[in-house]
Amino acid sequence: MPYIPHTPEELQEMLGVIGVNSLDDLFADIKPDMRPKSFNLPEGKSEAELTAYFEKMAGKNKTDFISFLGAGYYDHYIPKAVDALSSRGEFLTSYTPYQPEVSQGTLQSIFEYQTAVCRLLDMDCTNASLFDVGHALFEAGMMAARQTKRSTWVVDEAINPIWRKMLATYSAKQEMNIVTVPHIDGKSDKNGLMKAIDDTCAAVLVQNPNFFGAIDDFTELFSKAKEHKALGIISVYPVMQSVLKTPGEMGADIAVAEGQSLGMPLAFGGPYLGIIACKKDYIRQMPGRIVGKTKDLNGKEGFVLTLQAREQHIRRAKATSNICSNQGLCALRSIIHMALLGPEGLKRTAETSMCRARSLADKLTKLPQVSLLNNAPFGNEFAVKLPKNAEEIAEKMAEKGYLCGFPAGQYYQGMDNVLLVSCTEKNTEEQINSFVETLGGLL
Amino acid sequence: MRTLFDKSAKGRTAVVPAMPEKQAGDMLPQNLLRAKPAHLPELSELDVIRHFTENSHKNFSVDGNFYPLGSCTMKYNAKVLEHIAALPGFTQIHPLIAQLKNGEQYTQGALQAVYEAEQLLCEINGMKAFTMQPMSGANGEFTGVMLIAAYHKDKGNKKTKIIVPDSAHGTNPASAMMAGYEVVNIPSVDGMVDPDVLEKNLTDDVAALMMTCPNTLGLFERNLPKIVEKLRKIDALLYYDGANLNAIMGKMRVGDVGFDVVHLNLHKTMGTPHGGGGPGSGAVGVSERLVPYLPVGRVEKTAEGTYRLNFDYPKSIGYIAPFLGNFSVYVKALAYISRLGKEGIPRAAEYAVLNANYLRKKMESFLTVPFDRICMHEFVSTPPEGMKALDLAKALLEYGIHAPTIYFPLIVHECLMFEPTETENKDTLDNLVTLMQEFVEKGKQDPSFLQQMPLTTPLRRLDETLAARSMVLKQEEE
Amino acid sequence: MKNPENLLYAESHEWLKVEGSEGIVGITDFAQDSLGDITFIELPQVGESFSKGQEMGTVESVKAASDIYMPCDCEVIAVNEEALNNPEIVNKDPFGNGWLIRVAIKGSTDGLLNVQDYAGKCVH
Repeated sequence: MPYIPHTPEELQEMLGVIGVNSLDDLFADIKPDMRPKSFNLPEGKSEAELTAYFEKMAGKNKTDFISFLGAGYYDHYIPKAVDALSSRGEFLTSYTPYQPEVSQGTLQSIFEYQTAVCRLLDMDCTNASLFDVGHALFEAGMMAARQTKRSTWVVDEAINPIWRKMLATYSAKQEMNIVTVPHIDGKSDKNGLMKAIDDTCAAVLVQNPNFFGAIDDFTELFSKAKEHKALGIISVYPVMQSVLKTPGEMGADIAVAEGQSLGMPLAFGGPYLGIIACKKDYIRQMPGRIVGKTKDLNGKEGFVLTLQAREQHIRRAKATSNICSNQGLCALRSIIHMALLGPEGLKRTAETSMCRARSLADKLTKLPQVSLLNNAPFGNEFAVKLPKNAEEIAEKMAEKGYLCGFPAGQYYQGMDNVLLVSCTEKNTEEQINSFVETLGGLL
Repeated sequence: MRTLFDKSAKGRTAVVPAMPEKQAGDMLPQNLLRAKPAHLPELSELDVIRHFTENSHKNFSVDGNFYPLGSCTMKYNAKVLEHIAALPGFTQIHPLIAQLKNGEQYTQGALQAVYEAEQLLCEINGMKAFTMQPMSGANGEFTGVMLIAAYHKDKGNKKTKIIVPDSAHGTNPASAMMAGYEVVNIPSVDGMVDPDVLEKNLTDDVAALMMTCPNTLGLFERNLPKIVEKLRKIDALLYYDGANLNAIMGKMRVGDVGFDVVHLNLHKTMGTPHGGGGPGSGAVGVSERLVPYLPVGRVEKTAEGTYRLNFDYPKSIGYIAPFLGNFSVYVKALAYISRLGKEGIPRAAEYAVLNANYLRKKMESFLTVPFDRICMHEFVSTPPEGMKALDLAKALLEYGIHAPTIYFPLIVHECLMFEPTETENKDTLDNLVTLMQEFVEKGKQDPSFLQQMPLTTPLRRLDETLAARSMVLKQEEE
Repeated sequence: MKNPENLLYAESHEWLKVEGSEGIVGITDFAQDSLGDITFIELPQVGESFSKGQEMGTVESVKAASDIYMPCDCEVIAVNEEALNNPEIVNKDPFGNGWLIRVAIKGSTDGLLNVQDYAGKCVH
């Protein structure tokens, strides 16, 4: 019996102690007419059969593409020590650290994660993680709505469309008014955003680099928001954040980020890591778990979950959020990842990715009728206009073993020929050359 | 206690990638760059390994300790499941590949995993369809309540309230609020939803009842058929909080008995460890009438036996996750179900309930067990008058056993809630009984014996008030 | 701690001290004792108006959070900054230095309890 340790003798003895004759007697409350109408599961598999079955299933996924596909989710190198440490049973099989005497490992790691996130984003406080950045954007928006007691969000259309769809889904019953300001050729329309901010606005939401890879400075926008007592919310890319102007420097009130690029494999969509950080004025609005430093009865320093009165297990219907389980192990992976790379390693990762992207952009734009979508500064991702439908090009490139990027037309009207292309430090010049050559052959 | 930042030395490095040909300042205008580098820790690889290994030693875990934490189902999760979820064929796929034109052909294995997980969960729970998008139990609750809202809106029903029993997890009312509903709390009577109390609250504007069954007292809801009938009369839906599925898998299917929505905490029941707080997977199952509203994209199987992604559900509530949820988490759940199969799944429930009842009978001589009947996978108890649940919990830590859940549910005085799970052997249970009995006896003779516990853990009784008042939430830069 | 005779009480455990047309509002000893060590207090701003029974603030401890309700129709004219900065004074001296707000009373104080009637409400 897999994972059941009872011997037949023990079973009999235990049933005797309880005073029932059989295991099924324990379920007498479930009357015959409530029993399963069917239960057609396959027979159980041995461990060997199981492994073979799933190896075959996993083998049906193509993993040897040469990839320039990003769109918010990037294939950066993950040091092997991340897996080695995060898969330790002491981390992997522990519960939420409600008993601090026997959870200092998890608690200290979260405190270190919180410290690193605050330093990377240049913000005052953060939490122990949310699900992903789409969820984080929603929670950030709700923080602003509660703080300002207002119900309009001014949203940049150049925020990743998937995250905007999540924002719409999550806020559908919150009576929020979402004002979406169209992008201009993949650049954020800062004037349009400025104009949309008024005294009914709870927050303005932007992304840097934006979905199209364009890098901007939103300092002025956030000071305009401040004039109207609205909050500035920015979504950033953690790897690029090692070099880019920080949310703190721009005067953002809340920063969110997709933490996937800090040590999470792409894994077909998750688990990823929702990062959220804010200025200290808004800490009471923060959703989810937070670790704080304290002392024990002998005066020794340690950590506990704190400010729990915000949370659902105490405040129930009035909680700042319904979140309970978070992405704790992903947060742990990210702090291990950051510790292994250090400030210099993270910066070099960003810079090498940027160098590759520049090389790719140079070579792509030498192809006939291929041009950059705009002249905005970019990091490791940029959009190009092709002479043909990008979706069809992407299909053909995949057949040749390349993930050439993401066709923007899937989410943006009138952008059928626009392709979003990214590089990481893992892409080689050789890959770039063969990619450009292959793409050129299709145009 | 020294943090990563205390151990950092300027210029020390671990896994540093090659020097880039150009620096950021050569590629971007200065006004777009950060003024100073982020002060992340600088350590060698061995420093990092030692640091986190040392950290890990300060944790209890299922791998190291018995964890009878009520309502959390801290069972052993087999290592083979981790191996399967970590197969490169599963981890090295960009989620957007499946959204490229004809891109599904490159992710057939992953789509198959999603499809099979959904199908098996449908069969286990008697539901019409499942979505794997929700990323935790609470996220599943939110999804479920949004589906309920979409259903009522589509039918033109004017519904504004959701009923939640007082024994429910706090996430229930919080999720219902997020979905725009007014929450009506109803009290339990003898650990059950009282049909008369329910009746009084069942007005036409009730959208749904959220039930946990067995409830957080570990009791099976005996009035279930009557409750279902009452709700049907006013076109209110039944929501099943599947946090406690481990008690009933294979013994009852929530779809068969009339539930319209169920969320499962796959990270509790189905082979997925808790990771010190997550990630989880809160898969949601629905009855036929809620299928049109499920989040997109949906994985479908074609007549040719291949799998495809379909976003064409005009009534869908939208995107709960960016893609298909915490994929690597529920691949473990799929593998778990495949390993246990038809016989093993009900068996897990049987032995979980066996272990809980054995503990309950053994402990009732020295703890008060308020509900003297067969419990499901967990039970609640109260220490003798004057003794604190907290003190008993801390004493267990001293002896290498994780504390039970304490002070939850709120409706039980000084509550100690034990959930042993099916993977613990009789010796482990007997050891817990012996220790608890000893604590109660010693505590009666000398209250300070318990109050000083734990003695030898890395830290003892941390000051939560100090933490909340001083609010040191990160390490300041020097 | 004894409940002072000269105060009026709400069933939701706030007290009101009437001083002419003004009043002082706080939470009772029973309330602070039930909450435990108070870690955070949120109060309205000067100039805000409230009706009787309306939620006007929050008191948090490590394990609980409780809303504070306004005992009468009024406008806030002062807030106890000391209580906001050092919430523990509400634990130590709920009827004195741990007062919360000063208000201009705008309506009647009917329906509030006297000390004898309030004593009957102080059961866990």
